[in-house]
Amino acid sequence: MAERSFKAEVEHLRLGAGDTFTGEGILAITKALLENGVGYVGGYQGAPISHLMDVLADAEELLGELGVRFEANANEAAAAAMLAASVHYPIRGAVTFKGSVGVNVASDALANLASSGVNGGALIIVGEDYGEGSSIMQERSHAFAMKSQFWLLDPRPNLTSITKAVADGFALSEASNSPVMLMVRIRSCHVTGSFTTKDNVRPPLSVREALSAPQSDFARVVLPPMSYIHEQDKIKNRWPAAEKFIVENQLNEVFGPKSALVGLVLQGGMYNGVIRALQRLGLADIYGASQVPLYVLNVTYPLVSSEFLEFCAGKEQILVIEEGQPEFIEQQLTTYLYRAGSQVKLHGKGILPMAGEYTGQVMLDGITDFLRKSAPDLLPSLVRAPNQDRLKVPDLSKTVPIRPPGFCTGCPERPIFAAMKLAQKQTGKLQITADIGCHLFGSLPPFEIGGATMGYGLGPAANAAFDGGGERRAISIIGDGGFWHNGLSSSFGNMAFNKSDSVAVIVDNYYSAATGGQDVLSSRAVNATKKTQHPISKALKGVGIDWVRQVNRTYDVGHMRDVLIEALTTKEAGPKVIIASSECMLNKQRREKPLAAAAIKEGRRVEAPRFGVDEDICTGDHACIRLSGCPSLGLKTLDDPLRDDPVASIDQSCVGCGNCGEVADAAVLCPSFYRADVVHNPSAFERRWAGVRTRVIGWLQSRRAARRLVFGGAV
Amino acid sequence: MTLHSAPMDPNLSQIIKLAVLAVGGQGGGVLTGWIEEVARAHGYAAQATSVAGVSQRTGATVYYVEMAPASGGVPIFSLMPAAGDVDIMIAAEMMEAGRAIMRGFVTPDRTTLIASTHRALAVSEKMEPGNGIANSDEVMAAAGLMAKRFIAADFETLAVQNGSVISAALFGALAGSGVLPFPKAGFEAAIAKGGKGIEGSLRAFGAAYAAARGEAVAAPKAVAKPSVAPSVQGPSRLLADWTRLIARVQAMPEPVAQMAQAGLRKVVDFQDLAYGAAYLARLDGVLLRDDAARGFALSVAAAKYIANAMCYDDVIRVADLKTRGPRFARIAKEMRVKDGNLLHLTEFMHPRAEEIAGMLPVRWGQRVQASATWMARLERWFSKGRHVRTDGLVSYVTLYLLGGMRFWRLRTLRHAQEVAHLEAWLSTALAYLPRYDLAVEVIKCRRLVKGYSDTHARGLSKFDRVLEGAALLANRDDAPDWVRRLREAALKDEEGKVLDGAMATIRSFA
Repeated sequence: MAERSFKAEVEHLRLGAGDTFTGEGILAITKALLENGVGYVGGYQGAPISHLMDVLADAEELLGELGVRFEANANEAAAAAMLAASVHYPIRGAVTFKGSVGVNVASDALANLASSGVNGGALIIVGEDYGEGSSIMQERSHAFAMKSQFWLLDPRPNLTSITKAVADGFALSEASNSPVMLMVRIRSCHVTGSFTTKDNVRPPLSVREALSAPQSDFARVVLPPMSYIHEQDKIKNRWPAAEKFIVENQLNEVFGPKSALVGLVLQGGMYNGVIRALQRLGLADIYGASQVPLYVLNVTYPLVSSEFLEFCAGKEQILVIEEGQPEFIEQQLTTYLYRAGSQVKLHGKGILPMAGEYTGQVMLDGITDFLRKSAPDLLPSLVRAPNQDRLKVPDLSKTVPIRPPGFCTGCPERPIFAAMKLAQKQTGKLQITADIGCHLFGSLPPFEIGGATMGYGLGPAANAAFDGGGERRAISIIGDGGFWHNGLSSSFGNMAFNKSDSVAVIVDNYYSAATGGQDVLSSRAVNATKKTQHPISKALKGVGIDWVRQVNRTYDVGHMRDVLIEALTTKEAGPKVIIASSECMLNKQRREKPLAAAAIKEGRRVEAPRFGVDEDICTGDHACIRLSGCPSLGLKTLDDPLRDDPVASIDQSCVGCGNCGEVADAAVLCPSFYRADVVHNPSAFERRWAGVRTRVIGWLQSRRAARRLVFGGAV
Repeated sequence: MTLHSAPMDPNLSQIIKLAVLAVGGQGGGVLTGWIEEVARAHGYAAQATSVAGVSQRTGATVYYVEMAPASGGVPIFSLMPAAGDVDIMIAAEMMEAGRAIMRGFVTPDRTTLIASTHRALAVSEKMEPGNGIANSDEVMAAAGLMAKRFIAADFETLAVQNGSVISAALFGALAGSGVLPFPKAGFEAAIAKGGKGIEGSLRAFGAAYAAARGEAVAAPKAVAKPSVAPSVQGPSRLLADWTRLIARVQAMPEPVAQMAQAGLRKVVDFQDLAYGAAYLARLDGVLLRDDAARGFALSVAAAKYIANAMCYDDVIRVADLKTRGPRFARIAKEMRVKDGNLLHLTEFMHPRAEEIAGMLPVRWGQRVQASATWMARLERWFSKGRHVRTDGLVSYVTLYLLGGMRFWRLRTLRHAQEVAHLEAWLSTALAYLPRYDLAVEVIKCRRLVKGYSDTHARGLSKFDRVLEGAALLANRDDAPDWVRRLREAALKDEEGKVLDGAMATIRSFA
């Protein structure tokens, strides 16, 4: 994290016993790790858990004091593998990444870890990226817990419950010798609130101390016959131990009246949404006291049959509220009822939708529907028999445009895609695959480049079928984040080994930018705790790729296009790789803006570039926008009866990246763009010479103006 | 035991539910932080959530805050807004207000909608070759219908004018709306507690506070400027000629005169007064065949598009416009050049062989254009991107001299080509008379010819295809409507795919 400081957040981590923490959920989890004597923490950044990684990366001093090792792992698999330290040693470890994609990558290590079993508490904190705001495919991490037999926590979404889940998770892991996954949804990670803190605790055994007394036991190695023993151990010992711990420590919660004919069973993460629906129905008060019994599953795997059947006793109908598909929990609970010969009728998917996020309206509709069928007396009369027509919302769907995320103002990736669009004008449409990262926005208008993404670091691998070449070569795109995540082996090793004839473009913006600007091996910044400044080109050489072109200024659209054409047409065999390097503008501005402001204040010479459009020369055809999509390049409707279409216009937020001018030039668009460099604190000589120029130019201008008609108004 | 419905907990009505819909980068997170701060400082329990997601700055994002008096326990708040259950909806942009309405977050029984009327255009709106800007009026009307109270103003401009960003202005509007039970000073204290740019934020806050108090409901757009005759200066001889031309314009029927005045000004500015007279002569030709009963629609359209056609974008025009004095002053103002600063100006030119050949006298130019060798030669000599510093003497003088070549223009190949195209188009259109509406629509098709190089070529080809469509349909009663539709289709996308579809349709029945 070169360009952003989290020192203020680190202070939160130092709070002691009885203090009140107020802030975001993910930061609260970070604090809870330290309170529970964690010995090492690792992970791979990604929404919504980036914050945990970023803050700990800035907390070197505090972690040093506590003897905690923090590692920014190369990818999720590396992070999960780190938990191996808890297999033999009684050391608590935690890793974090996003779900379900990060869990996919980590699953090899997680499966081995779960088979070996753990001695120290092993906690996997997964930010479940599901529902609105998610940037990935809509799946559940739940299935991984089921297949590998580790336990899944889904606490109620408030800071007290989430931080308690951290403590419970470690204890449950140790009590059952199994890893525990703590799942927090996007909104739970970003929810704000308070909890009462405890003192941070040094790990009883630090990883450093453990190295002095190494341990090993072949019984923990996943090899036959031990692997068969592990399987039996999971079922016969670890699972029952987990159930016992869950019941004895009341990890699941029951709210509401002791006896009633109906009840709701819900994932902990659904609790606030359920309460809000009950509040709207008059069945819960402001503090959540519910008139309908609730069985809240803070542990969603394993499900404890006895506890569930006890809740069901005396009830006629229950509703299972489980977000996502398929309905693992509902199926399991149905089985429990059936096996127990119970008459309780279980509802779930059907009343509630099988797929999609459980929003406020979905929850209200579902619970209302359930109660209307099972306990109509509970419902207020208005809900029972609605006779009020709901106001029809005006249909604005034809008016309001969609607004997907896109490249930031001045993004160095924009000119790469502009160049690709121009290259395709020469070659015709090309087979292109994309990867994960900001550059995936190139697949959206106005560029529409890239038709598939198969995962992080897999852009070139996703073109492997076309590696043999053809009339036109295939292109793949990958970022520097994806390159170091696993692209070097999965994509480039694969290309080199298979003598690929394809082209790969590495978008090198100096950071893992989409996840918040974390450093990677090839970052240019000096990082006190991480090794950086290792060029991607050297790594490519190492795996045997010789045709490598380094572009050091992506904004040079013409050059970028020419390099692409060269890669597409060269006679040379083997993979053709272009490294397109320019710094992420967000991070660059974050670093340079304050420096420039300070320099101007101190009287040093600073040139501030910005672009503009001569509106008389712009014909309003918007060709420039179709090669840009920059937020600062907009439209302006002129007050001129002769003009039909709005002209291009550049607003104050322009950072003068140069893309507009280069695109106008490379695509031969129009001469309306100009760059204005405002020179602050020019030298005396510069000022004098500028004075001379201004006088000469001014004289020429007034000379011509005097001989023609000059109209007032816009020029 | 059977449960019976109990009366609703009266405390529930104390929960205030506030949602913010913003475009990434507008400071929605900062605004949410302030709102939490002011609530907690006044003894409220508050909870905020966001789905900010990735770091990019351009997508639509939602922030959500709930708050209630913190007496007697910890209230259970929802983590997301629910349709029909939002008290205060803040939309940081006009189409986001529309999105909030579509999602059901604005309902007449409870929602105060605070919206900024400015537009941050979506890519889909900007990339259309024509005018793809969404209609704010529809959202305005929907907001008036759906909101219990609607507070709208251009909070973006208000913020920028006060040296701040929109989040501060929206916070001011929230305070000014009076929907939160906290005093103004409490809001200001929340801003002051934050880190950077406090002064600017407070100024923007204050301005927006006042705007919201003034109940600037559906703030009227800037008052339309009374149309004044263009101010004109110059040597008295030229002014006298100008006056004579203007007199001719004023003698035209009212609706035509207005457009013709703008047209005349444009063509005279492009070339000279004689060229202006030629413009009026062409227009007179149309007027002769026009019909007062139709409101002179034909001549109004002709006044507009003949002027545009006569002012083609050649090297001389670009050089002339780039070297004018007022341009430099305008840029200095836009770029906020202060005393003691200098301004460097770089222009991006890419002349092509076609433009160079177009500058040659007609016959010579035609020969060059017909010769592949010569065109390749010109391409080699001239066609490359040139970054021209117009604040520097050499580049400026070069452009200045080019801009002064108006005396040469009427002899050039480009001029001959433009005139030929103009005459052909105008006569095609007028040949449709007495099919008046069809003639008007064909005149308006000139709108399709715009842009430079490839874009210009594509525009010409679309123009040709639409006129071809007009010819196919000429005998149908609904021809004018179809020509309008073809024209609009041509403006939808760059490649002309929508136009292809429309052409296929008319071929199927024409």
